[in-house]
Amino acid sequence: MNVEEIVEGVISGNRRLLARAITIVENEYPESKELMRKIYPRTGNAHVIGITGFPGVGKSTIVSKLTEEFRRRGKSVGIVAVDPSSPFTGGALLGDRLRLDGADVNKNLWLDEKVFFRSMGSRGRLGGIAKKTGDVIKLLDAAGYEKILVETVGAGQSEIGVLEVADTVVVILMPETGDDIQVNKAGILEIGDIFVINKSDLEGAENVERWLKYMLSLDEETVIELSKLSHADDAKIMQKLKWKKPVLRTIADKGVGIKELANEIERHYEVIKKNGILQEKRREKAKLSAIELAVEEIRSEIIKRYKQLLDKEIDPYTLADKIVKEVLKC
Amino acid sequence: MGEMVEKIKEKRKEWEEECLEPWLSKSEREIKKFETLSGIEIADIYDPSDIAHIDFLRDIGYPGQFPFTRGVYPTMYRGRLWTMRLFSGFGTAEDTNRRWKMLLEEGETGLSTAFDFPTLMGLDSDDPLADGEVGKCGVAVDTLKDFEILFDGIPLDKVSTSFTINPPAGIILAMYTAIGDMQRVPRDKIRGTIQNDMFKEFHAQNTIVLPPEPSLKIIVDIFEWGVKNVPKFNLISISGYHIREAGSTAVQELAFTIADGMAYVEAAIERGIDIDKLAPQLSFFFNSHNDFFEEIAKFRAARRMWAKIMKDIYGAKDPRSWWMKFHVQTAGCTLTAQQPLNNIVRVTIQALAAVLGGCQSLHTNSFDEAWALPSEEAVRVALRTQQIIAYESGVANVVDPLAGSYYVEWLTDKMERLAWKYIEKIKEMGNGSMVKGVLKGIENGFFIREISDSAARYQKEIEEGSRIIVGVNRFKIEEDLRIPLLKVDPEVQRRQIERLKKVKAERDNKAVKENLEWIRSCCENNENVMPAVFEAVKSYATIGEIMGTFKQVYGTYRKPIII
Amino acid sequence: MERIRVLIAKVGLDGHDRGAKVLARFLRDAGFEVIYTGLHRTPQEVARAAVDEDVDVVGISLLSGAHIPLVPRVIQYIREYGGNPDEMLILVGGTIPHDDFPKLREAGVDGIFIPGTPISEIIKFIKEELPKKRKGKSK
Repeated sequence: MNVEEIVEGVISGNRRLLARAITIVENEYPESKELMRKIYPRTGNAHVIGITGFPGVGKSTIVSKLTEEFRRRGKSVGIVAVDPSSPFTGGALLGDRLRLDGADVNKNLWLDEKVFFRSMGSRGRLGGIAKKTGDVIKLLDAAGYEKILVETVGAGQSEIGVLEVADTVVVILMPETGDDIQVNKAGILEIGDIFVINKSDLEGAENVERWLKYMLSLDEETVIELSKLSHADDAKIMQKLKWKKPVLRTIADKGVGIKELANEIERHYEVIKKNGILQEKRREKAKLSAIELAVEEIRSEIIKRYKQLLDKEIDPYTLADKIVKEVLKC
Repeated sequence: MGEMVEKIKEKRKEWEEECLEPWLSKSEREIKKFETLSGIEIADIYDPSDIAHIDFLRDIGYPGQFPFTRGVYPTMYRGRLWTMRLFSGFGTAEDTNRRWKMLLEEGETGLSTAFDFPTLMGLDSDDPLADGEVGKCGVAVDTLKDFEILFDGIPLDKVSTSFTINPPAGIILAMYTAIGDMQRVPRDKIRGTIQNDMFKEFHAQNTIVLPPEPSLKIIVDIFEWGVKNVPKFNLISISGYHIREAGSTAVQELAFTIADGMAYVEAAIERGIDIDKLAPQLSFFFNSHNDFFEEIAKFRAARRMWAKIMKDIYGAKDPRSWWMKFHVQTAGCTLTAQQPLNNIVRVTIQALAAVLGGCQSLHTNSFDEAWALPSEEAVRVALRTQQIIAYESGVANVVDPLAGSYYVEWLTDKMERLAWKYIEKIKEMGNGSMVKGVLKGIENGFFIREISDSAARYQKEIEEGSRIIVGVNRFKIEEDLRIPLLKVDPEVQRRQIERLKKVKAERDNKAVKENLEWIRSCCENNENVMPAVFEAVKSYATIGEIMGTFKQVYGTYRKPIII
Repeated sequence: MERIRVLIAKVGLDGHDRGAKVLARFLRDAGFEVIYTGLHRTPQEVARAAVDEDVDVVGISLLSGAHIPLVPRVIQYIREYGGNPDEMLILVGGTIPHDDFPKLREAGVDGIFIPGTPISEIIKFIKEELPKKRKGKSK
């Protein structure tokens, strides 16, 4: 099977070829570069939604309910679930496909033609997503899935990977587990576009909500103040101000608050489309992606070409200097 | 007494220093640390100093008296042997009826029903999800008609029947009661057990249909109805067997079973049921696993704990309410596919433990069950195992013969203490309420995780070779593993579906519809569903139709995946 | 970097999950990526997961006696959904009587593991048989 056929298959909705394409890309087989280049023009139509939060907050339930809700609204949904690989063995327990079980055992998302679920191991990558998650999302995009949910194992600061791939980031929290600690992690406030307090029927939900709203308001004020002081980009300020980060309450396993969450997600999409932020984000992402791909190639080239040099006993600083001088020459 | 203990402790120390250590330094031991299967560290030897904290009158006493450590009846097997009750069922009702008659002829003293998976899950034989599973691992039952055939020629006033059934337990109880009525057996002579324990399904066995709360509600409905209508019938078999089969340790089996029991009792009290009326209709079901003395200690600890719980915690006044009556099954998970005849030996040891532990009824596994359902030959040997223990070995001739053994009393006490720790933890999860604690543990995966971890640990020991399974990771042979096995007739599904069609065509469908409506309204109005279920059953409503009605109101449930 | 992806499936009404769950853990510890379907899945659902996740190994656990017809059905649906069972290892574990082995093999099952099989044996089987089955076919 050649790359052309696979690309054709992905674009025309052949699930099996989509699955195969994802494997090729995930494993970085030689044909993956050509594959990505060929499908890239077909991307950019999907709304990519990152779902992040500590283990146990109910991310998978929310992913499942959101999928149901989007399906109800007639949208096709792709889901990429990333789980941590063991740093020692490389193995992983993946993709709790239970996410596909709706509340109604009769409405089965497992066999829904407009739902595609794929699990990925982080395979050594830190930050909550795998190295190739971005490319896998692009494949689902090219295959025509309108909403793509990306679920990461989040813990706030360390899970910024989701920013690389998502247009909208939803951060899930819950009451009872050291709320203050969760909220105080600056990372969470910055990466989230929408905040959800799940299991909000539990005690402590009010507190988390209050804290969160307070911290977010500080965040806004700070931004305004800072922008007055420094020469911050006007556009960046507008970006932060045009979208007031909502805090929602859900009881996901009872389906409470899901419609509202879906509404906010849609609203965010509309806002960032309108104010050009979506385009900007995507340009930024493409830029970073290009740099990363180039650097990686250069990296492997260096290891290949300068193997002998690298094996010699010179101090790394001098060695680096040598290599850079050589590389820049040619 | 204290002085004597001091002297003994001294002598022990002397023995260790002057006798044991020199011996050990000369010979190498293969195993360095000795533990029971549950991981309780055990010493070389036990003496009176190890049980000095145990008071004979308070903790051991005499059988038939609080705390019943030594047995619930004064004479135990000298008065009446345990019931030899072999779990059986396959194919259609006729097939099972035939096997039952054979077992009764061979000397079995009680019946025990194995249902097929569709029936266990509340599905009819013609349900698409039942395809390929009808009659395979138990008997297929869809309507009362199947029960009429199942019990053809079996007098309900002479034989007690146990039913391993959980979500549809109320339906099965209604069917059995209806058969009793048909045979004109007085209601208070109808004896048997329905397993009816949904908690352990959520912990381990997984035949789940409805979510936890409605499942509990129906169980209490059955208690209420059963106490009034079938006063000699055990309305629940609070089970540890399955928890153990899923991989738990003996301590966890003991603790979780008793915790579940406490939760059921609390729920019954909350409903306003008189605990002294209900208690005699509660029973338990334990596993009998490989570690001989640990199992015996577990059974004795269980009795003592339950007696204290019923008397001191729940305030039951009638001494009969303090009795823990239990059925035991030898551990299915210990049966090996390799060298199957070895299983006869395993089952014998496990059965012996159950008898020395004072069980009220016993099921012994057949040696071929790691391959298929038991063949006639294999099931006969399983029955003979019990009969040989009963009639030839002499162990049944003295009540609780191991009492006073330093090791056994020490271990009984130890297991009790460890189990209490778990129970306290569960109680804490429920802020002082066992019902809330168990439900919380189901919700947050506490039980599943504990059991899963134990199972993984056990397997690790086997993979590493530190736990020896004879014939599997040691003493293996090249063998032709072909042994004659029971084959279930592939026509069973077709025949059963035909029968179901016929019943549905010939019954009064209007009455069925009305009765199902009645059940539905009982659910919606939070009333006891059993009277409606009973009428529905008599009108030949199917199990699938009745369970379907429950599902409509209460929804369904899928277990979280915790590996 | 590639990893062997294994689907561990419980198909039908069988509720015994101890073996499947313990196996999942051990496979993870052996470096595989494991997807466990949970209980009570239909043959279609298992096949869909196998194809969409593009797994290398499908491991079906059954202790209910319903392996025939359920296992052949899973394989049939994998084919129907565009997957190729000839490029993956199909394994079955559980209480499978010897007389049913030929039927299962005919349907496309590569390995049958009875109770008591050491997990190390299953891992060895996967590592050795998977490349053999693929015999140099490029993925």
